[in-house]
Amino acid sequence: MGRYIVHRLILLVPTLLGISVLVFVLLRLLPGNVVDVFVGHEAVVSQAQRQALYHRFGLDAPISVQYLRWLAGIGHGDLGLSLRTGQPVMRDILDRLAVTAELTVLSACLAWLIAIPLGVLAAVRRSGGVDLAAHMIALIGLTVPSFWLATLLLLVTSVYLRWQPSPIWVSPFESPGTNAQQMILPVLSLSAALTAGVMRMMRSSLLDVLGAEYVRTARAKGLAGAAILARHALRNAAIPVITVQGIQVGYLLGGAVVIEQVYGLPGLGWEILNGIYQRDYPLVQAGVLCVAVGFVLVNLLVDVVYAYVDPRIRYDG
Amino acid sequence: MTGEREARGADGMGRRRRSGAAGLGFALLRHRVGIVGAGLVLLFALLAAAAPLIAPYNPLAQPAPRLLPPSPAHLLGTDEFGRDVLSRIIYGAQVSFQVGIVSVAIALLLGGTLGLTSGYYLGAVDALVMRLVDVMFAFPTVILIIAIAGVLGPSIGTAMLAIGIVYSPIFARVVRGPTLAVMRQQYVEGARAAGAGRWRIMLRYVLPNIAVAVIVQATLSFSTAILSEATLSFLGLGAQPPYPSWGTMLSAGRQYMELAPWLVLYPGLAIALAVLGVNLLGDALRDVLDPRLRRSAA
Repeated sequence: MGRYIVHRLILLVPTLLGISVLVFVLLRLLPGNVVDVFVGHEAVVSQAQRQALYHRFGLDAPISVQYLRWLAGIGHGDLGLSLRTGQPVMRDILDRLAVTAELTVLSACLAWLIAIPLGVLAAVRRSGGVDLAAHMIALIGLTVPSFWLATLLLLVTSVYLRWQPSPIWVSPFESPGTNAQQMILPVLSLSAALTAGVMRMMRSSLLDVLGAEYVRTARAKGLAGAAILARHALRNAAIPVITVQGIQVGYLLGGAVVIEQVYGLPGLGWEILNGIYQRDYPLVQAGVLCVAVGFVLVNLLVDVVYAYVDPRIRYDG
Repeated sequence: MTGEREARGADGMGRRRRSGAAGLGFALLRHRVGIVGAGLVLLFALLAAAAPLIAPYNPLAQPAPRLLPPSPAHLLGTDEFGRDVLSRIIYGAQVSFQVGIVSVAIALLLGGTLGLTSGYYLGAVDALVMRLVDVMFAFPTVILIIAIAGVLGPSIGTAMLAIGIVYSPIFARVVRGPTLAVMRQQYVEGARAAGAGRWRIMLRYVLPNIAVAVIVQATLSFSTAILSEATLSFLGLGAQPPYPSWGTMLSAGRQYMELAPWLVLYPGLAIALAVLGVNLLGDALRDVLDPRLRRSAA
C-alpha cells in the first residue's frame, strides 16, 4: 500500500506541472496585458511609469523566465499580487478555500448519506415504490440546473416562508448555528445532482452484483438476505461507485462557483468570479490553480481509498 | 476482407449498414425513452428554427406593462421591461442551439483532429497529446470554461470558444481509442501494403469505425454545452442583455422574483427540458447504435 501511494505521488508531479503551465498560459489569452488592465483608462500614465509597472509585474523578462519565476513564487507560497489591492493574493485565497471546502464536503456527505441507502433499497426492492421514487429523484436531480434549483429554493424560503439567514457569512468556528443556517440551502442545491448520480450508480452496481454467481452460491448455502448484502454484495458493489467519486468532486467544485454566487457565499468560486468581473486576473489565476490542485489531490485520495477497498488495483498500478 | 466485416459487426455498424437510416429511425421509435427525448429536441429545434414565425411578440420590443402575470395575451407574463417572456424563451432556444452546435463543432474539430493524429501516429505525438488531455481533465470543466470565457471577455462568441476548447479532450479520447484499434487490424496493414495513403486509410477505414462513438458523444456534449452556456450567461459571462438567453433571463429575473416568480420559473424550465431531451436522445442513440457502449449504470 505504501509503495502504491509513493508511486501515485510521483505520477502527480507531471500533472501538477502541466496544470501550472496551463494556468500560466491562461493569463496570456488576455487581450493586451495585465499592465493595460491595471492602468485602465487613465491616459496620464507616462512611458516611464508603464515601464516601472512592467518591471513590477515581471513582464520585462522573457516568457520562460516569467514562468519559472511564477513557479518559484508558488513554491514559496507567493501566488502573485492582486491588481485591485496590490497585496499578495495568497492570504485571501486561503480564507476563501475554507468556505468552498466546507460547502463541497457537506454537499458530498449529504449526497452519500441519502444516495447510498436509497440506491441499496431501490436495488433490493427492485420495481417497488422506493425504486420508483428513486427514479424520479434521479431524473430531477440530473436534469434541473443547480443554479435554477438554488434560485427556486431561495424564492420559496425567502418569499413564501419569510426565512432568511444572516446575509454576512459566519465561520462555523465563530457560530456553528448561524453557519449551519447559512449552509442549508447551498448544500441542498449543490448536492442534488450528486445524490442522483450516486444513487443511480449504487442501484445498478448492486443489481449487477446481486446477479453474480457468488451471491447465488451464498444464497444456495442458505445465507440470509441481510448477511449476503452485508458480507458479500455491498463491498463489491461499492467499487464502481467509489471510482467515480473523484470525478464527481470535480462537478461539485465547478457547481460551487455558481452556488456561491447565488447565495453570496465568499468561497473560492465567488472569488474567481469577482476577479473576473473586476479584471483582477492574478487572483483568477491563483483561484483556478487552487481548484485544479485541490481536484487532483481529491482524485488521488479517491484512488487510494479505491486501492484499499480493491486490493487488485495495488498490484496492477 | 473478412477482417473488415468482423470489425464492423463488432461495433454494431454492420447492423446499421444493413438497415440504413430508416432502420435507425425505427429502432429509435421502438425506444420509448428515445421518443420522449427526440420529441423534446425536435420541439426546441422547431422553436429555434422558426422563432420569428412562432413567437407572438418581438423578443426585444417593450409593448406591454412591466411584470404582467401570465394571461391569455402574454401566456408566460412579461418581464421587467414589459417584454413578452414566452417570445424571449422561444428566441432563447435559438441562442442555446447556436451555442450547442458551434461549441460541439469546435470541440469535435479540435479534439477529433488531436485524437486521430494521436491514434494514427502514436509515439511522441501520442504521448504529448495524451498528457495535454490528462492535464485538461485535471480541471473541473465549469471552472475552466468560466476562466477562459472570463479572461477573453464576456460575449456569446467567447462562450462558444471556451466551451469548445474545454470539451475537446473528451473527443480526443473518444476518437483515439477506436483509431488505435483499427490501425492494428490486418486489413489496414493490407491496405497500406497495397499503397493506400494516409487520407485514404483515415477516410475508408478509421472514420466508419469511430462514427458511432463520435455521434453519441456529440449528442451528450450538446446537452452539457447548452447547460454551460446557460451557466455562463447566468453569471454574466455569456450572452449579454438584451440578447434573450435562458441563463441571462433567469439571472435578470432573480431581482424581481418576489413580485414576478414566473421570471425565474419558465427560463429554468426551458433549460431543464432542453437538457433532459438531449440527454434522453443521447442515451437512446447509444443503446440503439452501439449495444457495446450501453452503460451498465443506466
